Amino acid sequence: MQNRELVIIGGGPAGLSAAVEARKLGIKDVLVIDRESEPGGILKQCIHTGFGLHIFNEELTGPEYAERFIEEAERLGVEIMLDTMVLELTADRRLVAINSREGLVEIKAKTVILAMGCRERTRGAINIPGFRPAGVFTAGTAQRFVNIEGYMPGRKIVILGSGDIGLIMARRLTLEGAEVQCVVEIMPYSNGLIRNVVQCLEDYDIPLLLKHTVVNIHGRKRVEGVTIAEVDDDMKPVMETARFVSCDTLLLSVGLIPENELSRMTNIEIDEVTGGPVVNQRLETSLPGIFACGNVLHVHDLVDYVTQEAVLAARGAALYLASGSKKYEHIPVVTGDNLRYVLPQRINVDAVLEGKVNFFMRSVRPMAKAELFIESEWGVIKSRTLRHVRPSEMISIQVSRDEMIGSEIIKFRLQEEGGRVEHGN
Amino acid sequence: MSTAIEEKTVTCIVCPSGCVVRVVLKGGKIAGISGNMCRKGTDYAKTEVINPMRILTTTVRMEDNRLLPVKTERPLPKALIFDAMKELSHVRVKAPVKIGQVVYPNVADTGVNVVATRSWK
Repeated sequence: MQNRELVIIGGGPAGLSAAVEARKLGIKDVLVIDRESEPGGILKQCIHTGFGLHIFNEELTGPEYAERFIEEAERLGVEIMLDTMVLELTADRRLVAINSREGLVEIKAKTVILAMGCRERTRGAINIPGFRPAGVFTAGTAQRFVNIEGYMPGRKIVILGSGDIGLIMARRLTLEGAEVQCVVEIMPYSNGLIRNVVQCLEDYDIPLLLKHTVVNIHGRKRVEGVTIAEVDDDMKPVMETARFVSCDTLLLSVGLIPENELSRMTNIEIDEVTGGPVVNQRLETSLPGIFACGNVLHVHDLVDYVTQEAVLAARGAALYLASGSKKYEHIPVVTGDNLRYVLPQRINVDAVLEGKVNFFMRSVRPMAKAELFIESEWGVIKSRTLRHVRPSEMISIQVSRDEMIGSEIIKFRLQEEGGRVEHGN
Repeated sequence: MSTAIEEKTVTCIVCPSGCVVRVVLKGGKIAGISGNMCRKGTDYAKTEVINPMRILTTTVRMEDNRLLPVKTERPLPKALIFDAMKELSHVRVKAPVKIGQVVYPNVADTGVNVVATRSWK
């Protein structure tokens, strides 16, 4: 049995950022465990630009963003155990991991940071009828094939879902010589960033069919085509509009799920909306000494926010190592009108780090203009006007300790201004 | 040169507002820009209509068959992206590679270099 100060599960952007910060804070013994043979996580296959604008003030590609943190982690003496999978984590922070060199590895950790990221929803998650031919991939799997393994997943492609990975793959496959027939989106708006709709679809004249879905997959051995149809306001397909689109590949970009099998096994309290652990202002989970950050906590739009969150989790771990666990009295953070979730879900106002809390939230639908209200039982403590709220873009707001002190509850709600507006993209 | 009147629409991506900007062209020259909420939209729409530029990110092969992610050092004309892709499909890079290293100079005769976006030992 090894004894460790801090074990970080996952060597992607969240895990690496947390490791770097932990070393900077003076934690000597930092171990990162990752399943893959290289650190960097999914950033390695995200060869497009758009990373790092907030953290580095420049537009980096995924591998560039990752390499900065890998180099920093190496320079600071972070130990990274690769090709190793954590099989078990207990509430008292014992870990069982496995790899082909050492077999089973048992570790007792003083603190743990969960940074396992997320995975994609698959065909099973959305129940598309039809046969089960080859040629149905998630967009991220296709991205790995094209950018890391060097295989084309197909030649004539339909993409279901307009999440950012799907949009980016529409461009990537077009550049590599494939024909992307269309991107089909069930909602009346795209679930990706506007920039990606413009630069990945419009640039290459790829149609985006809003309020449409795939209702059947054709082909026995290999995909031969899909039937797409318009949906009504209840998202039910209107079969009179059904038409056949010939293709050999269907890519799915229909959402991401935080990868919390270990957390569930450990009986960490999970928020059913975010799919990640319930955390406090230090990103500590319901189990003392276990923290969470990045896409395992909730799915992010920008990697920069993942890094910020990882820094906070590392600070939480450092404080825990310095002063042990304290029984905190938490007040609840309540998700009100027009918001899907708010994070963190509870806070201890007295133990707020640096005098403020960074709250992250997502709206339930696009709004051209909205007012965000933060209220306690006494009434409104803060408000802010927001323009162009979209479910695909996280809203973040800082609330200071002074603004929250004495409150029993903190509630967030969003009020649309100027009536409902449906956005085209 | 013709004096035909042409209209193009451009979605501005400078900020999250996503203004749809209408550009009127007379004989290939900009005669009017409308629909944008700020000055940035005017500049963006002008470049987009006259000479849209893009950073190209892709991969090239290493001699040992691994893939190396690369990008153009600067944006290049959008119209030359497929020419650039074609040229880059012939490139073979020898290990080791350092991030930022030029792996192919002057792609599609644009004067723009293609650089590695990761290191490979």
